Amino acid sequence: MEQFEPKLVAFVCNWCTYAGADLTGTSRIKYATNVRIIRFPCTGRIDFMLISKAFANGADGVIVSGCHPNDCHYTSGNFHARRRWMSFNAMLTFMGIDPERIIFSWVSAAEGAKWADIVNQSVEKIRKIGPFTEYQKLVQSGIEEENFNG
Amino acid sequence: MSRIGVFVCHCGENISATVDVAKVADDSSRLPGVVHSVDYKYMCSDPGQTLVKEAIKEHNLTGVVVAACSPRMHEPTFRKACATAGLNPYLSEMANVREHCSWVHDKGEQTTQKAFDVVRAMISKVSNNGALEPIKVPVTKRALVVGGGVAGIQAALDIANCGHQVILVERSPSIGGHMAQLSETFPTLDCSQCILTPRMVEVAQHPNITLYTYSEIESVDGFIGNFKVKIRKRARNLDEDLCTGCGLCTTKCPQKKIPSEFEQGLGFRPAIYTPFPQAVPNKPVIDHDNCTYYKSGKCKVCEIVCPTKAIRFEQEDTILDVEIGAIVLATGFDIKRSDFFPEYGKGKYKDVIDGLQFERLASASGPTQGMIRRPSDGQIPKKIVFIACAGSRDPAKGIEYCSKICCMYTAKHAMLYKHKVHDGEAHVFYMDIRAGGKMYEEFVRRAIVEDHVNYTRGRVSTIYELDGKLIVKGADTLLGAQAVEIEADMVVLATAGIANDGSEELAQKMHVSYDEHKFFAEAHPKLKPVETNTGGIFLAGACQTTRDIPDSVSMASGAAVKVAALFSSDLLTREPIVARVNRIPGPSHSTCVGCFMCQPVCPYQAIEREEIKDRAGNVIKSLARINEGLCQGCGTCVALCRSKSIDLLGYTDNQMHSEVLSVLEEAFV
Repeated sequence: MEQFEPKLVAFVCNWCTYAGADLTGTSRIKYATNVRIIRFPCTGRIDFMLISKAFANGADGVIVSGCHPNDCHYTSGNFHARRRWMSFNAMLTFMGIDPERIIFSWVSAAEGAKWADIVNQSVEKIRKIGPFTEYQKLVQSGIEEENFNG
Repeated sequence: MSRIGVFVCHCGENISATVDVAKVADDSSRLPGVVHSVDYKYMCSDPGQTLVKEAIKEHNLTGVVVAACSPRMHEPTFRKACATAGLNPYLSEMANVREHCSWVHDKGEQTTQKAFDVVRAMISKVSNNGALEPIKVPVTKRALVVGGGVAGIQAALDIANCGHQVILVERSPSIGGHMAQLSETFPTLDCSQCILTPRMVEVAQHPNITLYTYSEIESVDGFIGNFKVKIRKRARNLDEDLCTGCGLCTTKCPQKKIPSEFEQGLGFRPAIYTPFPQAVPNKPVIDHDNCTYYKSGKCKVCEIVCPTKAIRFEQEDTILDVEIGAIVLATGFDIKRSDFFPEYGKGKYKDVIDGLQFERLASASGPTQGMIRRPSDGQIPKKIVFIACAGSRDPAKGIEYCSKICCMYTAKHAMLYKHKVHDGEAHVFYMDIRAGGKMYEEFVRRAIVEDHVNYTRGRVSTIYELDGKLIVKGADTLLGAQAVEIEADMVVLATAGIANDGSEELAQKMHVSYDEHKFFAEAHPKLKPVETNTGGIFLAGACQTTRDIPDSVSMASGAAVKVAALFSSDLLTREPIVARVNRIPGPSHSTCVGCFMCQPVCPYQAIEREEIKDRAGNVIKSLARINEGLCQGCGTCVALCRSKSIDLLGYTDNQMHSEVLSVLEEAFV
């Protein structure tokens, strides 16, 4: 049987994790191709509606990563992201999304190797959990519409 | 309908070795809205940029996507290219297919697919980009320098010499700071006051500098170029215009035994006093806590003796409102006192003193006129132990960092002592000697070789008093941790440098960040060492971390240049990446419900309350308004807003949603 290739979207902040992922590149550290990085100014900007939409539109897993606590370029955006994540986490199960599908981490601009590790571990983790089909089931039963975009 | 141009870069072979760039360009050309799609060897090169510029004109492009390296690298390059070709620079985006793709994956279908996915997502995003104009903010060309130590003095003079107005605020009655207390300075052993006091006088006489001593910052509002600062000018209790600084009041004051702050408690001062003879301004203040008049209502000797009748007992603090364009924080540092160390007597042994106290003992203007005398009995000590690293580099004491200045001043102290007491013995206990700096290592060498200071590598575990001597017990770690015991007459602790008292409150007033030790935090440890995260506020000297005089002075000049650069134009130009509350035409029309949940999450206090009133002046609606001068564009308010009324320009909900949906359109292979 062919191996399941999960689709992961990474929501990262511009100042730490995006720069950290740049460093992974400049250090030529290889990692799985299953991730697509979306750049935000700060993890504080990441609206968790976007994460829901990513799942509704075919993502099997999501990585959220920003500056380490106390290192936020904007002083406290990552703390707000973390706090919002705590409440969103509680809601995921209710929405029928396994909270394990979201990986929350801190990667600084100096942690190129850590970024590669996080991607590889996340891809492995989601591969074990399997494809996210719950939303498609709702679509098939007519409860939800295809290409949820509202 | 958007007309988008896609430009895929080979980056030599950096991208094309693993990504099929021609395929990416070809696939992109078939996407809706794309009217032009090419690949080229070096997109950032001059011909590459010309390619972009010409395509913009030829195809009348409304958006540009450059698939190349990280936007952190070349976004400004391509934005500039777009602007030259007449396209709003914010209508261009970069797809990172090098750092995030070609360099981290092997050659193959999946790598090309990833590159294409990223390009497609950016095409979707750029279709939703709007033209943005840089924000222009007026600049008030007047600087505020907080702290009148050597760093503040240098910063104030440098800014003033650039032709700008400067307000220098100092908390104590005189400028000069710690440097005025020092005896001689390393590594040249020149007299500290001799080099500092001319600068202090220059500050007082400079036409562009307004000096407020005995004053503190009450509050700070506003933003870069436009701060509104309230300064509390504490009552000196005298008419400063009348006072000539003759000093008669200070000699006649009946209260004479108040421990002097300037002398570090080793000397005394009266209740009406100037901290030291060379004080600038040379005008006394009255210490209410110790003044007989304020305690019992009687005395007024100073008022009687004053030849110009300048004393004003009823004077009150005044609050000054000033408009400021840029602020330099130069509030300096403090040191731990000997009472911080239970193992060294917790301050109960009079002859265990700290470094600043030794400076006063060694100073020609100090309480002993420069004779090294024990504080307990005034005898000249024949044996002194200096302990470097008292508190510093000691996680158990909560001070993990190296205070940086102590190795050098300990060597200086030992040297000064040997120069003054020729038959004395100087012992130094140290952990490591950190003497990095021009002529620094040579200076320490000189102390050891020429002045015969005994350096012992090891720490002191305890000090106790026995028959008028201080028994210092330590170890010599170069001799296998052999126990060392010295009967000393005096011990000098090179105590850890710490953040100055009140720095946390000041940081909160200024909205600048500070580290776990309450030192102010720089914006970037290497590339922005004098900036803070708050625009228009800069750092100089030891308020950021303990540092010596040359470092403080150069940092102050650095901060001054930043201020001068800010003041070099009348308008300040900023990136338009700011949050905005939606405003459908008509003043009361916004989806903002005025819950103001966004206010507390904003790290920059950029969210203001706007009240919409009817003709009768009744408030009909309150809504949030973002101050574009303060907003730094983090977007935390956007994600929080319950009614989705705030959006972040450059990263709008539409842009981000289309990017996310688009990146997932195809299978990842």
